[in-house]
Formats: sequence, C-alpha cells, structure tokens
Amino acid sequence: MAVLALQEARAWAAAAAVPDPEVPCVTVADLGILRWVRLQDGLAVAGVSPTYSGCPAVLAIELAIEAALRDAGFEPRIERLLSPPWTTDWITAEGREKLRAYGIAPPVAGAGKASLFQAADVACPRCGSGDTERLSEFGSTACKAQYRCCACREPFDYFKCI
Amino acid sequence: MAVFEAVLELADDHLVLGHRISEWCGHAPMLEEDLAMPNMALDLIGSARTLYAHAGALEGQGRGEDELAYLRGEREYRNCLLVERPNEDFAHTMLRSLYFAAFMRPYWLAVLAQSSDEVLRGVAGKAEKEMAYHIRHAGEWVVRLGDGTEESGARMRAAVEALHLYTEELFESSDAAAAAEAAGLLPERAQMRAPWQAMIAEIFEQALLAVPQGGPVLRGGRQGLHGEGLGHMLAEMQVLHRAHPGARW
Repeated sequence: MAVLALQEARAWAAAAAVPDPEVPCVTVADLGILRWVRLQDGLAVAGVSPTYSGCPAVLAIELAIEAALRDAGFEPRIERLLSPPWTTDWITAEGREKLRAYGIAPPVAGAGKASLFQAADVACPRCGSGDTERLSEFGSTACKAQYRCCACREPFDYFKCI
Repeated sequence: MAVFEAVLELADDHLVLGHRISEWCGHAPMLEEDLAMPNMALDLIGSARTLYAHAGALEGQGRGEDELAYLRGEREYRNCLLVERPNEDFAHTMLRSLYFAAFMRPYWLAVLAQSSDEVLRGVAGKAEKEMAYHIRHAGEWVVRLGDGTEESGARMRAAVEALHLYTEELFESSDAAAAAEAAGLLPERAQMRAPWQAMIAEIFEQALLAVPQGGPVLRGGRQGLHGEGLGHMLAEMQVLHRAHPGARW
C-alpha cells in the first residue's frame, strides 16, 4: 500500500511538472487542468480537464502529460474529464502568482458574469495600478484578453475568469 | 436511434454556426474582431466535436466525428436554418450569434439541471459559460450598430428583417428531439421561449430595435430541407476529407 502511494506520488509529480504549451510559466497542476493521477491495472491514468470546449491546446497537453509519464517509467492513459467543468477558480495560489510574475494578470473572481459593456477591473501585473483598460476581449488564446495599463502604459494579457 | 438523431441535430447546429463564424477569420473589419471570431468559432466546433463523438457512440455503427461531419450530404444535415444563414455583414453575423446563444444558454442550463445523460451534462457545463460571453459579445455589437449611425442602424434593422423568421424553428422539437425530451435526456425546446424573448427584448431596447411581432416563419432544417448556402458551405468544408479519405496530420 505504501509502495503504491509512493509510486502514485511519483507519477503525479512527473505529470504535474508539465508546462502549459501556451502559457509555459505555469504547469498543468498550477492551472488545475491535471485533476489526479491514479495507478490502476498497471497503467498511470491521468484525469485531465479541458479549459475551453475548443481549446486547441487540449491535445498538446494530453500528449505532453503522456510523454512525461512515459519518461518516468509509467505506461500512461489519459482520461478526459468534462464534468465538473474546469474553472479558473482551480488555478492555485502559486499558479496565480506565477502568472502575475510572468506579466499575465490572473483572473478576477466573478468577472465572467459581467453584463453588456462591462469589463473586469484588472490590476496591472507590472506596476499594480488599477487604472487599466480593456483593448480586446479576445487575445492570442481562448483564455486571455488584452489590456493596457494607463499608469505605466504597458500592454498586458489578462487571464479571463470562467 | 431517436436519441442519436436528437444529439446529431445539436451537433450540426454547432458545427454549421462554428464554420460560418470561422469564415470571418482574416476578413473581420478590425484586428480585435479577427481574434474574437475564431475564438468563438472554436467554442462551437469544440462542443460539436464532443456531441458528434457522443452521437456516434449512441448510434453504435462505428461512425465517429469525422464520418458524421465530413461524409454526410446537405440533405442529411439536421441543423436549424438560422445557423446556416450566410454571414452577409457584421449586423447579420452578430444578430445570428445573439439569437443562437440566447437560446443555447438557457438550454444548456436546463440540460445541466435535468438531463440524465452524463456526456450532455459535461458539454453543457462548459458551453453555458461560453454562451454567456457569446451573448455579451454579440449583444454589444447589436446595441452598437442598432444605436449607431444612420447606416449601421439601417443595416441592423435589415438583419432583423432577414433573420427573425428563422428563430421560431429554435423552439420546435423534431420527432427525434421530442422522444429524447420525453426520455429525460434533453429539455423541451419550447421552454426556452420565455428566457430567449426576455433576453432579446432587453438587448433590442438598448439597440433601439423593434422586436418583430407575428410575420412569416421559415423552417425545415430538422428534416434536411436547407437553403442553397449550406451545400456550398459543406462543399468547402468537406472537400479535403472527401479527396483524401482518412487524412491525418
């Protein structure tokens, strides 16, 4: 039992260290995309929760987790988990801080519910000022919006709340 | 079989609208919208993929998402007519998205609350959140154009005139859908009328648009009776797969 737990922890550590292909400053564990890793029937089964319905990174993430598990000596299998749906609430405190340090403003809780013509109040990840404006609700990936800081004048990405 | 067809109808709605919106990629009037359109097309196509895979599993004939999307002709597509309407201008495109998303958001919420099908609930959990920002994005454009210049207002009113007669079909359940609804897998489409009307009325009021009352209705998509444009769209969408069956990259 202890050996199994140790092996499972080792499999988790291998999978959890995989960086997100589009936001490489955070790992799949930081983002809460990797839900669990279980050893069953000789396989290391990883539960992976996709971010958006059509996120093109989903397959890349699954392949990277498989490769990481294989490198660690496990025979991998991916289980795609639709329910419960991934939410930005699952991003860990450490993950939020890594995003900020990388220059991406972390999600503002409850901001996904805004009605027409309301943009989330986002603090600049560089200078911390709240005096920011949204340039585009959609950015380089499904999960990000483009903002500009009116204090330090830097443009930045905002990781949208969903 | 009825459940397969009911899920296929939903999948076709999402793929056809997703493909239509993707036609704006590289052609949108400004960079922000050129980013927005493929983003939202991907949401719809992503939902369609899971729905096709589920439909294929329910059918049990070995057909997967590729066979269902690429190897059915126009008469076998079961999408409602609204989603296949051509993009025309931004007024038409945004109104079409608003009409669809304002229906699908309460629909997916009802699937989450009522459906006995785990996969459909999984799709619904993600899609209802995505539909919320599709409504916001399209709704903002409808207001911006409706309450904009003389030209944009006229175009918005023309879009309402052209598209409103396709909305009634959203609330109608085919025989297949009615069977799936009776079995507790899907919510009754007619239930979405009240929340849809409330959402459209609220946005139209801000957009200085009148909600059409009565008037003609066009339907037939659920029976495979489509407008001319769908065949052209499918020809472009399917040509690669049909020329190179089973192509992978």
